[in-house]
Amino acid sequence: MKFTDIIIPIIFAAVIVYALSRKVNVWGEFIEGARDNFRVCVEIMPTLIAITVAIGMLRSSGAIALVGELLSPLISFLGFPEECIPLAFIRPISGSGALSVYESILSENGPDSFVGRVASVMMGSTETTFYTIAVYYGATKIQKTRHTLFCSLAGDFTGFVISVLAVNLLFGQSA
Amino acid sequence: MMNYIFAAMILISVIVGLLSGNISSVSESILNDGVNAVELSIYMLGGMCVWGGIMRVAEKSGLTEKLCFLFRPIAKLLFRGVETHSRAFRLICMNITANLMGLGNAATPFGIEAMKELEKTSDRKTASPDMIVFTVLNTASITLLPTTVASLRLKHGSAEPLDVLGGILITSVASLAVSLTLAEILNFTKKDKL
Repeated sequence: MKFTDIIIPIIFAAVIVYALSRKVNVWGEFIEGARDNFRVCVEIMPTLIAITVAIGMLRSSGAIALVGELLSPLISFLGFPEECIPLAFIRPISGSGALSVYESILSENGPDSFVGRVASVMMGSTETTFYTIAVYYGATKIQKTRHTLFCSLAGDFTGFVISVLAVNLLFGQSA
Repeated sequence: MMNYIFAAMILISVIVGLLSGNISSVSESILNDGVNAVELSIYMLGGMCVWGGIMRVAEKSGLTEKLCFLFRPIAKLLFRGVETHSRAFRLICMNITANLMGLGNAATPFGIEAMKELEKTSDRKTASPDMIVFTVLNTASITLLPTTVASLRLKHGSAEPLDVLGGILITSVASLAVSLTLAEILNFTKKDKL
C-alpha cells in the first residue's frame, strides 16, 4: 500500500463527512461542480488539439531529433549523458512521449546506472511545460502569454543541467 | 506569442519533413494526431468532473478556506495581485497542495479554475504577472513524492527506487528558483509595456 493510494480516498471521505456536518447539499453541489468542469474540459479541447497536432508534426518530420543532433557536441561538453538527450527534448513537449523514452532508457541502461539515475531525476524534477501552458491558458481568452514559455523553459533547462550535477554529487560518476 | 510559436512549429515541420523525406509521416500527423488530443481530453474529462464535484462540495462547506491557511504565507508572497480572501487565492492554494502531494490530475482542474478567476481581475487579452507566475509554477515540478518515477524504477528492477529522491529535490528547487526568479524579474522590468 502506497501513501498516494490512501490519500485520495481519505480526502474524499473527509470532504463528504465534513460537508454533511455543515448541512451542505452534497449530491447537488457535486453534480454542479462536475458540470462546471465538464464545460471547461470541452472548452480547452480546440487548444489541445492544435498544440498536439503541431507537436506531432514536429516529431514526425524529424525536426526534434535533428536539433538534438546539432546540439549534441555542446550537450556532451556539459557532461550530459548522450542517452538522455532525447529525453531532454521530449520532456517539455509530450508527457506520454517522455514516459516511453524514459522507460527505454531504464530497460537499456538499468534504473540504478548513472544514466538511469540522471533520467529519473530529469523525469521527477520537470513537467510537460508546453502541455501545461496550453491547458492553463487555453481555459482563458488570453492571447499574449508574454514571458511564460521563456521562464518555464529556462527552468527545464536548469533542471536538466542540475540533474547531472546532482547525480554526480550524490552517487559519483561510476554509480 | 502563441501565434508565432504555432506558425513556426508548422513551417519547420513541413520544411524539415520535405528535406528529410519524412513528409508522409508529417501528413499522417496532421490527419491523425488530433485524435490523440481528443482521447486525452476524454481521459481528462472523467477526472476533471470528479475533482470539480468534490472541490465544490469542499468549497461550499468552508473546508478549502481552512486548508488555504497552510499556504497563505507562500502564496501571498508569490501572488501579490491576488486578494487573500478571493476565490482565485483559494484555488491557487488547492492547486499547490495537490501538486505537492503528487496528485497532478487533481491539481489541473484547480489550476484551470484559478486561471479563469485570475483572468477576471484583468480584462486584457494579455497574461497578468500573477497568471505568469502561476503557470510557471505549474510547469515546474513541485512534487514531494515522485510516484511515477518510483514505480517505473521498481518495475525495471531498481534496488532502491526512491534513492533518487534527494537528487530530484535539489534539481526541482534549482529549476523552480531559476524560473520563478526570471518570471519576477521580467514581470518587474516589462511592466510598463502592459
